[in-house]
Amino acid sequence: MSEETSTADLRAQMPGAWARFRKSYLLYSFKRDPVAQLCLLIFIIITIAAFGAPWWAPTDPYDLTGIDIMNSELPPMWLDGGDAAFPLGTDAQGRDLLSTILYGTRVSLLIGFGAVAMQCVLGILFGLLAGYFGGIIDATLMRLADIQLSFSTLMVAILVGAIVKASFGNLMFGQVALILLILIIGIAEWPQIARTVRASVLAERSKEYVDAARVMGFRAPRIMFRHLLPNTLSPIFVIATVQIANAIISEAALSFLGLGMPETQPSLGSLIKSGFDYIQSGAWWITLIPGAVLVVLVLVINLLGDWLRDVMNPRLHKG
Amino acid sequence: MIAFLIQRLWHAFLVMFVISLISFSIKGSLGDPVRELVGQSVSVEQRNLLREEMGLNDPLPVQYGRFAWDALHGDLGQSYFYSKPTLDVIVEHMPATLELVLCASLIILLFSVPVGVYAAIRPASWLAKTCMGISVVGISVPVFLTAIVLIQLFSIGVHITPFPTDTDWGTWLNELISTDGGLPSFGRGNELVHLFGTWDTGFFSVDGLLHLLLPAASLASIMLPLFIRLIRSEMLEVLQSDYVRFARAKGISPGRIYFLHALKNTMLPVITVGGVQIGTMVAYTILTETVFQWPGMGLMFLEAITRSDIPLIVAYLMVVGLIFVVTNTLVDLVYGLVNPTVKLTGQHA
Repeated sequence: MSEETSTADLRAQMPGAWARFRKSYLLYSFKRDPVAQLCLLIFIIITIAAFGAPWWAPTDPYDLTGIDIMNSELPPMWLDGGDAAFPLGTDAQGRDLLSTILYGTRVSLLIGFGAVAMQCVLGILFGLLAGYFGGIIDATLMRLADIQLSFSTLMVAILVGAIVKASFGNLMFGQVALILLILIIGIAEWPQIARTVRASVLAERSKEYVDAARVMGFRAPRIMFRHLLPNTLSPIFVIATVQIANAIISEAALSFLGLGMPETQPSLGSLIKSGFDYIQSGAWWITLIPGAVLVVLVLVINLLGDWLRDVMNPRLHKG
Repeated sequence: MIAFLIQRLWHAFLVMFVISLISFSIKGSLGDPVRELVGQSVSVEQRNLLREEMGLNDPLPVQYGRFAWDALHGDLGQSYFYSKPTLDVIVEHMPATLELVLCASLIILLFSVPVGVYAAIRPASWLAKTCMGISVVGISVPVFLTAIVLIQLFSIGVHITPFPTDTDWGTWLNELISTDGGLPSFGRGNELVHLFGTWDTGFFSVDGLLHLLLPAASLASIMLPLFIRLIRSEMLEVLQSDYVRFARAKGISPGRIYFLHALKNTMLPVITVGGVQIGTMVAYTILTETVFQWPGMGLMFLEAITRSDIPLIVAYLMVVGLIFVVTNTLVDLVYGLVNPTVKLTGQHA
């Protein structure tokens, strides 16, 4: 009985999660890094603007009845011929570009985060299996990862996308494109995370607490997910951040090639693609404004990833 | 060494086997070759007869054996669209892609080495910092966007007048920030010089070279930042090693140390990464060729997808797979030869 109270006392004395976060090195270095602060601010603004699009976008680009073809290819409002109703101009179908970009950013972000979640599930599972069991499982999985990486993840994504699109057909593909893209990019890029997890597991596996857990009779899944996984989280976090940027670029590339989101439900990549057909006629805004949004989004995520890497794993930092 | 060689070759063989299995399963599960061959008006009995004749009812291992045997003899099937052997179609489109990749590699080599070395020698200078800043941005710009911006700038031209046009200096500044455009941004041009076989080259005519300029610059732009960063960080590391310090103490001139002693060891990892990056380069050629309508393998592949030309897709997969496997194996072997610290299998240090 007395022992139980002492554990409870101990737990009460331990600082809560929020207090620990307030004293952490992560927050400390964040407060002293204006670049990271600016990047996070821009990222949050873009994310809120994109996910809140149904509330504040001037028009609904998915609603075909609200579109007038007579409004097509209007320039942004600060140029000659611009209309104040369309701040950033309109695209070739007469959709308001600002609204389309907001909705498109939402699609891009959804696919980016979804694909990374998918990657994390596959990567953590395969990485833990390979690192913990070793032997033939390790050899097979890592060999597969090597092959995929030597093909480059974008190439794998294009090939898988091409095959999936060929087998689904255009119409079917368009209806489930969002889910399919998350799957395709997730499958194409899992090796990055699997390798990181495996490397950390290999380093952790020989430590005493793992031996202790094994001696106590815990089974492999419990050791893998309850004991090893928490100790491999910080490198996963760093890689996952950069992978979000990569996934967004991959999605944009696939959409640009016509293997991604259909034009009725555009992402930033398919917006750039649809605008590219009109760039020779002088309508640069349809392609270059979504392009600029894409670059800013990817840039701030990459810079945040760089900052996280420096803070969380000083050993990885090089030059 | 021989054990290392055999191990690498065995790996290469395994990878090719897996790729051929994937290709075979795509070929088997997508589309119906009989329907592509005879169209709608042929009766079911005749179709079944044809199916039997073509061996489509054989057990899968037998079919795979035939597929692999044909592939080894250079027969990857007939393209539906071109009505020609797929390998011929690919070989026709290959020179355009090769020239593009060659030009882009030249640009990368010419710019990345001096910039990377400079950024390592003078890490604190504003020029080096600017270059590194630009390279961070460069990594975040997708290749097709660079290509579109280049087209807007140098093919269409940009005419903006933010400064007053009624003054001399205003006109001058407006002229300065505007571009004329006029560079070709579509295809390879008409003045190709026939080299041999299916190889028409754009290297020997002004028109051909002009057409190469924008696509090659776009393709190079995506790899350039990566190589600049790599060379810089490797060089920084090498410059802190003992032998460089010793060379300095001996009084060898800085130029000799940088370019003879340090650069040699810097290039080792750079070559490896360069070899591995060829895979990424092939993926980027698909994007670049789409933007510029460059009649190479990438564009051909994309058109094959829109036309559902399954045999051509499969053949492209096999050829690209072979290119990757060969380059990766070569890079591994060269690295094993050049770098004595790589432990070869069968040797126990």
